Amino acid sequence: MRIALFVTCLADSLFPEAARATVTVLERLGHEVVFPTAQTCCGQMHTNTGYQGHALGLVEHHVTTFERALDEGAEAVVAPSGSCVGSVRHQHAMVARRAGDEALAQRAERVAEQTFELSELLVDRLGVTDVGASFPHRVTYHPTCHSLRMLRVGDKPLQLLREVRGIDLVELPAADECCGFGGTFAMKNADTSTAMLSDKVTHVRETRAAVLTAGDASCLMHMGGGLRHQRTGVRTMHLAEILASTDGAGAVS
Amino acid sequence: MSTYLGMPSRRVQEPSSPIQGVRDFPAAARQALGDSVLRRNLGHATSVIRGKRAAVVGEVPDWEALRDSAEAIKTETMARLPELLEQLEANVTAAGGTVHWARDADEANRIVTELVRATGETEVVKVKSMATQEIGLNEHLEDEGITAYETDLAELIVQLAEDQPSHILVPAIHLSRTEIREVFATRMPGVDPLLTSEPRALAMAARTYLRELFLRAKVGVSGANFAVAETGTLTVVESEGNGRMCLTLPETLITVMGIEKVLPRWRDLEVFLQLLPRSSTGERMNPYTTFWTGTTGHTEGTTGPDGPKEFHLVLLDNGRTDVLADEVGRAALHCIRCSACLNVCPVYERTGGHSYGSVYPGPIGAILSPQLTGLTGDSVNDSLPYASSLCGACYDVCPVKIDIPSILVDLRARHVEAQQSRTGLRVPSPEAVAMAAAAYVMRDEKRFAAATRSMRWGRPFMKDGHLRGPLSSVMTGWSSSRDVPTLPDQTFREWWAERESGGHGG
Repeated sequence: MRIALFVTCLADSLFPEAARATVTVLERLGHEVVFPTAQTCCGQMHTNTGYQGHALGLVEHHVTTFERALDEGAEAVVAPSGSCVGSVRHQHAMVARRAGDEALAQRAERVAEQTFELSELLVDRLGVTDVGASFPHRVTYHPTCHSLRMLRVGDKPLQLLREVRGIDLVELPAADECCGFGGTFAMKNADTSTAMLSDKVTHVRETRAAVLTAGDASCLMHMGGGLRHQRTGVRTMHLAEILASTDGAGAVS
Repeated sequence: MSTYLGMPSRRVQEPSSPIQGVRDFPAAARQALGDSVLRRNLGHATSVIRGKRAAVVGEVPDWEALRDSAEAIKTETMARLPELLEQLEANVTAAGGTVHWARDADEANRIVTELVRATGETEVVKVKSMATQEIGLNEHLEDEGITAYETDLAELIVQLAEDQPSHILVPAIHLSRTEIREVFATRMPGVDPLLTSEPRALAMAARTYLRELFLRAKVGVSGANFAVAETGTLTVVESEGNGRMCLTLPETLITVMGIEKVLPRWRDLEVFLQLLPRSSTGERMNPYTTFWTGTTGHTEGTTGPDGPKEFHLVLLDNGRTDVLADEVGRAALHCIRCSACLNVCPVYERTGGHSYGSVYPGPIGAILSPQLTGLTGDSVNDSLPYASSLCGACYDVCPVKIDIPSILVDLRARHVEAQQSRTGLRVPSPEAVAMAAAAYVMRDEKRFAAATRSMRWGRPFMKDGHLRGPLSSVMTGWSSSRDVPTLPDQTFREWWAERESGGHGG
């Protein structure tokens, strides 16, 4: 299958390893990955902060970029982010309609229908749970709010993680509670955000995991920032990085 | 009012109105977050209620279908509101009641005051009610020389403490039983000074105190959970039975009800009486459900001693018509005040109800309060739609399926629009400038690629997770509790371009 990568602005600029890992996993499974270089940002930050006027231009840019990719033969769009896919699926048409642009709303809906978060693409569209990964470490998984409650990915990321060779997957207490990131919420309500982060860090430490993983680089940036700030020694890795890993494959297999 | 040493009142300043505080959310929250007793009380109470709710909701096989029905009934109600209210008025009147229409809080307070005055009484007993909290009725009556006694146990505690409710269902959730014992011991007339903080002892003390009030009072004041348009029947659901006392013993009953509480049909109650108790108290069925239609003796078969001889229904607008006019925001009027959204909200759990500055706290308060008072671009309530990480837990538990996160996002846009129209030719906020700049950069891939490349120039200012130089003051909110990420050597698009040109194998 030809798959267009929607890298997300955050992974492109700050966490390219998550995006490279997404390419690695999909190519290992025999798919062709294309990267429409015109892409920039889906506009979620503007939408969620109240700047829908500015978001509109970004939505239009995103829709134009990825409808071209679909027209040129891509069968799906994938992003290593539940939050950005959530914005594409649940906000793009809304932003267009609020601005009175019905034509853009309909184009946005077409792109949204073909846009998937990584675990959705792998489990639902491609029908795989074993992606041939190996990662012999103690790992705990945080289901990010938008993947859980906007996209309803359910246990798809866990299905994928359970198939990883050598992994010691431990359950995170109060896993489905928000880590406190929430985009500009972490700046505008920094104190409340920190109080939420503090509880999340406590729960992560309770698992005695070496690695915290999730499907969103943004939430990982937040939780990782807190874990490093407190010098906990817990690493954060995107779900895609674990799925791309072949660490110690020789020893296990 | 005199201040007792050790009185557990956490109210900071007089609120500017019952639905708008004096400090914006971030400032109020900062103080609450530092209150260790409050944090412990709230953390414990919300987690207990969350657990109870999840258990009893899990038992209902058609829960999702019930939610869909409730949403459909509420949507129909809002579409037919004027007609249904007139039908309700006709049926209440036909059953011997009197209906009054109140445009706002002042008008409602005046109507209730005049009705109490007409009875010649100077005290009333009250059923727990959000509508009367919203209009500040007790304070108004006090100014007019009428004493209003709250009879719901938690409301009684809050009233005696001269505190403010901090939760829709559990108004004293911010207080521990040790603190409640202190309130009773110092403020409750005739209380046993040896009172302990055992829940049963506290309940018995309140019972003795209230029993006399119930038997003495000639006027009761209530809100309503539902009103059925086709029959003119009002409903109050409760757990204690104190509401039942107020609704049946006094000769005169005055009910203040928000106009959105009307339901078209009697059979609609089937849906809501299943959803409400499980969502709110985590009970399968609430212990007391009181229905009344007009006055006693008016309708055949109601000649007994129960029920009011005189019944007045005050229909309260107070901003609801404006909310109804907004296509997105109007779903906030579907709320049945169960407070499930408060109990699951990670923000509410940590900041408590007083941080919201309104009698409607939590996620529902964050969408209802600013709509009732109006988003002006610079009001205190303009900060409420931002008091959420948009985690969506509230939407999942809402029994009438109010999409709170989407409404929050819409209200944020309305806030920015109001701010922009206020700013006019004046200098826009730093945030507005930053958002405009980011949008300009991100609308074009060349500008975007150049910007992400140039982030590496910031490296000297970012060392070991800490910020130095000019950014450090701007980013204090972030970096005081979180390290900043390390900048990568190469953006993804640089890596991709190199790979495409055969630079490396990938």
